[in-house]
Amino acid sequence: MAIEVLKPGLATTVQDAGREGYYHLGIPLSGALDQYSFLAANLLVGNDENAAALECTLLGPELAFRRDAIVAVAGADLQPKVNGEPRPGYEAFPVKSGDVLSFAFLKAGARAYLAVAGGIDVPMVLGSRSTYGLGAFGGFRGRALQGGDLLPIGKPGAMARAGRKLAAELRQPLPRELDLRVVPGLYYHRLTEQSAHDFFEDVWSVAPEADRIGYRYRHGRPLRWKDRKQPFGAGSDPSNIVDAGYPFGSIQVPGGLEPIVLHRDAVSGGGYAMIGTVISADMDAIAQMQPNNKARFVAVDMEQALAARRDYRARTDRLRAALSS
Amino acid sequence: MSLGPARYSFGGDEHVFVELSEEMSLEAFFKGMAITNAVKRLAIPGVTEICPANASYQIRFRPEVVKPDDLMKLLQSIEAVMGDAELELETRIIEIPVFYGDPWTRETLMRFRERHQDPKSTDLEYAARINHYKSVDDFVKAHSGSPWFVSMVGFVAGLPFLFQMVERERQIEAPKYLRPRTDTPKLTIGHGGCFSCIYSVRGAGGYQMFGITPAPIFDPEQKVPYLKDFMVFFRPGDIVKFKPIDRAAYDRAVAEVERGTFDLRIRPVRFSLKRFLVNPTAYNHGLEEVLYGN
Repeated sequence: MAIEVLKPGLATTVQDAGREGYYHLGIPLSGALDQYSFLAANLLVGNDENAAALECTLLGPELAFRRDAIVAVAGADLQPKVNGEPRPGYEAFPVKSGDVLSFAFLKAGARAYLAVAGGIDVPMVLGSRSTYGLGAFGGFRGRALQGGDLLPIGKPGAMARAGRKLAAELRQPLPRELDLRVVPGLYYHRLTEQSAHDFFEDVWSVAPEADRIGYRYRHGRPLRWKDRKQPFGAGSDPSNIVDAGYPFGSIQVPGGLEPIVLHRDAVSGGGYAMIGTVISADMDAIAQMQPNNKARFVAVDMEQALAARRDYRARTDRLRAALSS
Repeated sequence: MSLGPARYSFGGDEHVFVELSEEMSLEAFFKGMAITNAVKRLAIPGVTEICPANASYQIRFRPEVVKPDDLMKLLQSIEAVMGDAELELETRIIEIPVFYGDPWTRETLMRFRERHQDPKSTDLEYAARINHYKSVDDFVKAHSGSPWFVSMVGFVAGLPFLFQMVERERQIEAPKYLRPRTDTPKLTIGHGGCFSCIYSVRGAGGYQMFGITPAPIFDPEQKVPYLKDFMVFFRPGDIVKFKPIDRAAYDRAVAEVERGTFDLRIRPVRFSLKRFLVNPTAYNHGLEEVLYGN
């Protein structure tokens, strides 16, 4: 055992790149909510891209190391400290056996990724080490970390070394206001013309209920649905549909009031009409939004979504190139 | 059996979403099963998730490998050539014991009474009345008297949506709670709209609560024999027959679950939608013979 959890932080979980192929059974993708920052943290310590790391949400944990290690923190501006001494973000640094790693208060963003050379060595479940909390499996005993937990660490790779750092332009931006690009569709046609327009006009605030399952937004105008006789099996509210699968990133609006963007621990399906889907390139940015941060939804078409996806992948390639030595 | 053409939509840059019908029907469900089975057989490079649902389905893909428009066209062509061949299904029929009106769902529903349409009744009393049954007993007989199709698995891990295999005018319908509960006991038998479900994990929920089963249906530790192969029990297309049990039988079953010896009655069966639709009642008798015969 290599790391003892002294304080768990607000919601610290073991995550990797995620779990694919079981969505049809209600098992979501899971994995790091901000995949780019997760990848940066792993590459900084010379890990495989899919090594498991700790996702630290809003308030970081306090960890006692029982072994020498090389670690790095990327993502939210949650400054790491060793025995109370500040260490830089986006830079691999050594931690000695007996040291305590803790974090300053959050300055920006919502999720920091702590990678340890060798990765967090929890068992693979269905092809992934990611925690799926609702299903209580994966990660460390299927749950967020608690005080007293002992986390095993894998063997560091040949690329592990302290001092590797990432240039500022390749770090995840952490804005307090954000445009989220959306491909309208799914049940978008069920909205009144006015609401279909309002949704993209209003400025929305992240609600306190924003977690790995989904991000809820409020303070926009309520959305209304076109009149219809509800189809058999759909339920009585006009926002109800016959229960269907929910795409990752899809936006549902229960009761027409507060849009929810489903994230990586999404419920896989249900009976609320979805009005569009946030493009894959913008899902990482959602993970760094704090309650009360502002967002505007911007309609894009498939061509624009694919272009943004190419940009995202090109940036990821630059990240790999920058950290490959 | 004419559903009309399906409605195709993209879910961002990674999903195709296909609505086969706005309303629920066995025909829509079978069409979704047939198309998603065909997609599975084609093993299309770049397709990462194939998710049939009640009257719709969705496919997740990597647009670097398969172009969104190409995939959508392929799905449309599969729909166009889909004949009646796949209106038959090799599946299994499973008996699920249910303790209707149990104390745990009752305690929970009392805690959330102010979120219910009818705070003075229990969920069973309310559902019996609005479905025109004289008593809760008659309602339980109807709920457990005919089989149900697993028409979707999801929401959370391993949760089956169940569609009652009777004529539409006999199908049980009930609204969801006015506001969702923040708690539902694990293995609660719920009902919302035309669907029953079995809550696979404890948590939030909006369906009316009718009872509880001792049978685990999702367990990452895979303790009972029928979960040894995989932690999720149900698959779309499974057929479920509920069997009312009393407190003593429930307690016995729970003790068996704890010992890891609890098992379910499961029989293989071939289901024909055409023959079912001719006479559902007679066809269901045949299904019961498969379940309880030798």
